[in-house]
Amino acid sequence: MRRRYLVDRSVRYLLFFSALISLFIVFMIGLFTLREAWPAFREIGLLSMLTNSEWRPGRDQFGLLAMIAGSVWAAIGSMILGVPLALAGAIFLAEVAPVWMRGIVRSSVELLAGIPSVVYGLFGMVVLLPVIRKIPVAGNTGFGILAASIVLAVMILPTITNIAEDAIRAVPREYKEGSLALGATHWQTIMGVTLPAARSGIVAAVILGVGRAVGETMAMIMVIGNSIVLPRPLNSNPLTLFLSQARTLTGNIAVEISYATGLHEDALFATGVVLFVLIMIINSSANLLIRERRR
Amino acid sequence: MRYAFVSTLLLASLLLAACGSPGDPAPGTGGEITVAGSTSVQPLAEVLSEAYMGAHPEIRITVQGGGSSVGVKSAAEGTVDIGTASRQVKDEELGEFPDLRVFTIARDGIAIVVHPDVAVDAVTKDQVKGIYEGSITMWSEVGGPSVPIIVVGREEGSGTRGAFGSLIMGDEEFAMVETAILQPSNGAVRTTVSTTPYSIGFVSFGYLDGSIKPLAIDGVEATVENALNGEYPVVRPLNMLTKGEPSGAVKGWLDFILSDDGQAIVADEGYIAAQ
Amino acid sequence: MSEQPDAVRSPEHGPWGRTNLARRHLTERAAFVLLWVAGGAAVAALLAVVGYVLVQGISVVSLDFLISPPRGGLAGEGGISTTVITTVYLVALTISLAAPLGIGAGVFLVEYAGEMQGYSGLIPRVVTVARFGVETLAGVPSIIFGLFGYALFVSALHFGFSLLSAGLAGACLILPVIIRTTEEALRAVPRSYREGSLALGTTQWQTVSSVVLPAALPGIMTGIVLSVGRIISETAVFYVTLGGSSRAPTSLLDPGRTMALHVFYLATETNAFQKAMATGTILIVSIVVINAIINLLTRRFTMR
Repeated sequence: MRRRYLVDRSVRYLLFFSALISLFIVFMIGLFTLREAWPAFREIGLLSMLTNSEWRPGRDQFGLLAMIAGSVWAAIGSMILGVPLALAGAIFLAEVAPVWMRGIVRSSVELLAGIPSVVYGLFGMVVLLPVIRKIPVAGNTGFGILAASIVLAVMILPTITNIAEDAIRAVPREYKEGSLALGATHWQTIMGVTLPAARSGIVAAVILGVGRAVGETMAMIMVIGNSIVLPRPLNSNPLTLFLSQARTLTGNIAVEISYATGLHEDALFATGVVLFVLIMIINSSANLLIRERRR
Repeated sequence: MRYAFVSTLLLASLLLAACGSPGDPAPGTGGEITVAGSTSVQPLAEVLSEAYMGAHPEIRITVQGGGSSVGVKSAAEGTVDIGTASRQVKDEELGEFPDLRVFTIARDGIAIVVHPDVAVDAVTKDQVKGIYEGSITMWSEVGGPSVPIIVVGREEGSGTRGAFGSLIMGDEEFAMVETAILQPSNGAVRTTVSTTPYSIGFVSFGYLDGSIKPLAIDGVEATVENALNGEYPVVRPLNMLTKGEPSGAVKGWLDFILSDDGQAIVADEGYIAAQ
Repeated sequence: MSEQPDAVRSPEHGPWGRTNLARRHLTERAAFVLLWVAGGAAVAALLAVVGYVLVQGISVVSLDFLISPPRGGLAGEGGISTTVITTVYLVALTISLAAPLGIGAGVFLVEYAGEMQGYSGLIPRVVTVARFGVETLAGVPSIIFGLFGYALFVSALHFGFSLLSAGLAGACLILPVIIRTTEEALRAVPRSYREGSLALGTTQWQTVSSVVLPAALPGIMTGIVLSVGRIISETAVFYVTLGGSSRAPTSLLDPGRTMALHVFYLATETNAFQKAMATGTILIVSIVVINAIINLLTRRFTMR
């Protein structure tokens, strides 16, 4: 009898300990990153880092603007390509698809979600780059934001479709039935009632997808060119901005971290902090919207 | 359930204990040598490691890349046993890491290479400088068709880039044209140039193969003979770096590399003896 | 058009003389066609990427490919045996580090400090903060873990590029995921289970270990299997902590490369694209298997 309570007491401490260690690790990562980044913020200045477009560690230039622009444009491109498709797919799965079709599409989407990002990068290198290069614009190298956007769009499709589908399914049946009872067609119900009701969940899905796009590293290194340049249109057509080469924040960190020393290394941690904060803002707003919807 | 929990903990501790045995000995002693750094040195280091391990089966040498600056930093911090670099060690680096010992094991040329379909076979040093500065942007300016030049280069941490900088651009820290595609290794430059029409790049001689075409510079072909007789202008040292004086297995391997046998292998692989 | 008779010019008719209802039907049909296209497009995207990789790679995949090591250094010859070994070692290491800690933390947060215990004051607040930290970290891009892992394990602690550094960094990566899935699985267990057990006079640990945990086990296992899939697919973290050596590691301090990293190196440094595709094929097959296991587990989970 006493032994049982002894075991109970010791297990309680063991579990408390493992919780403590786990949480300690979780917070230590954040604190460590901040501590390493602090000298960079102090010496280079956050404003300078965010607005300077020159990143040349050899000349003590640590401007992240080009990389921020690269990450942002790649994410925007992936949204333009991926969001309409993903949302349509979500509506399809939730409202239109017959049961047999639903299984196929959902399994495909699940599989897409699990494929390693390097495989997408490989596909991009071997298939997308030569195709994009065919676009007859001077300065088009194939590498660049368009290739990155297509790769990212395929990668974030499953994330957005899954969560948006859940959101649409969660709309109470009565809403739909009420609308149909009033004489609206299925499509009018979807557009006028279901989607607006699922709005916050859908927005959350899109935001999470964007978060994933901004966080992708290896596939970006393979297809975006890694040029330290502010993306700009290649000729008078503003759309050719997507044919510009670029570098992402994530790619910047991955390629330079293993040799950076001193202020350069601190600057890379600062880049990590900027990325960290960006993603945290993106995820928090998504969580807030989901929680609001549940209430 | 309790048993599953406990056994996972045991497994974890066992694994951590396994870390104790072969991994613990101080670098250089025991039978393990880790090498990291320049991708220019990498192929040569791999061949040299195979040769040495053949004669000394108790030694294990692992080689990886990352770039010359990774080699310098890893060696200086003791993260690896030997760091490799394809450039001179900078004064600032020696100042920051005074324990660094430098051993030049070979010399190597840097070839300016283009996609095999480019109809240009020779350029001048100034033309290369212009292309990489961004003042020359069309192949027509150097005798080719009227197509834009796609410039491929290396990351700032690359020794090859640094050496290319000092020998062709006149400045180790030169400003490359900002639209250049930057790659993290010699191999990546080679792959990019060989698959991207109208592209130009620079790689170590050790990476020349049929997939890319080397250009003659100022009339001198990019061959080992021309590098040997001093005519080819872009030649740099290949260095191995250790933290403090090497000892044990590391010293054994370095002695082998610098010996006649080792240098014979260097020559066989298409590099130039260290002298 | 304005010449139409009065009977047609009424609220039910649109400007083209058709009824509003007819126009609505047309848009409706067009919309549904678009939706079918979208659904098909998702499948098409999958077929395009996966199909291409499989078709290109399958010709190279063979038993020999799987059991012979990479050769020829940068020429990209040989097989992938060492990378498979490295991947297996790495998965085993990260899971054995993260699972006990993560499950223990999840159990503690839900069973001992959670809402069920009815604490007030400081403890629930601490738990909320803890949970927020875990949620945030679960969403952080993997390269940050690589950054952290490099600076702490590779550099500061002098583990160097090694299985150990990569395993520790990887464990940090999946720890939040395991904590979160464990918590969810535990919270899904009905309160009545616990109350019934306690009413019978057991201690809390007996309740947790014999009643709650077995009920939550499929959910917890799902989290672990998900983490395995994550480690197999992950590249950024291991790119900067594991090194790029193509030899099989014989100790925890040896460098190596996982299959996913091998795909990256093959694709960027050699022209051996077909081998890269083949390695990708093996990866895709592994993910399919893992997905199937997860589906099996979730089915068991929901049937309880």
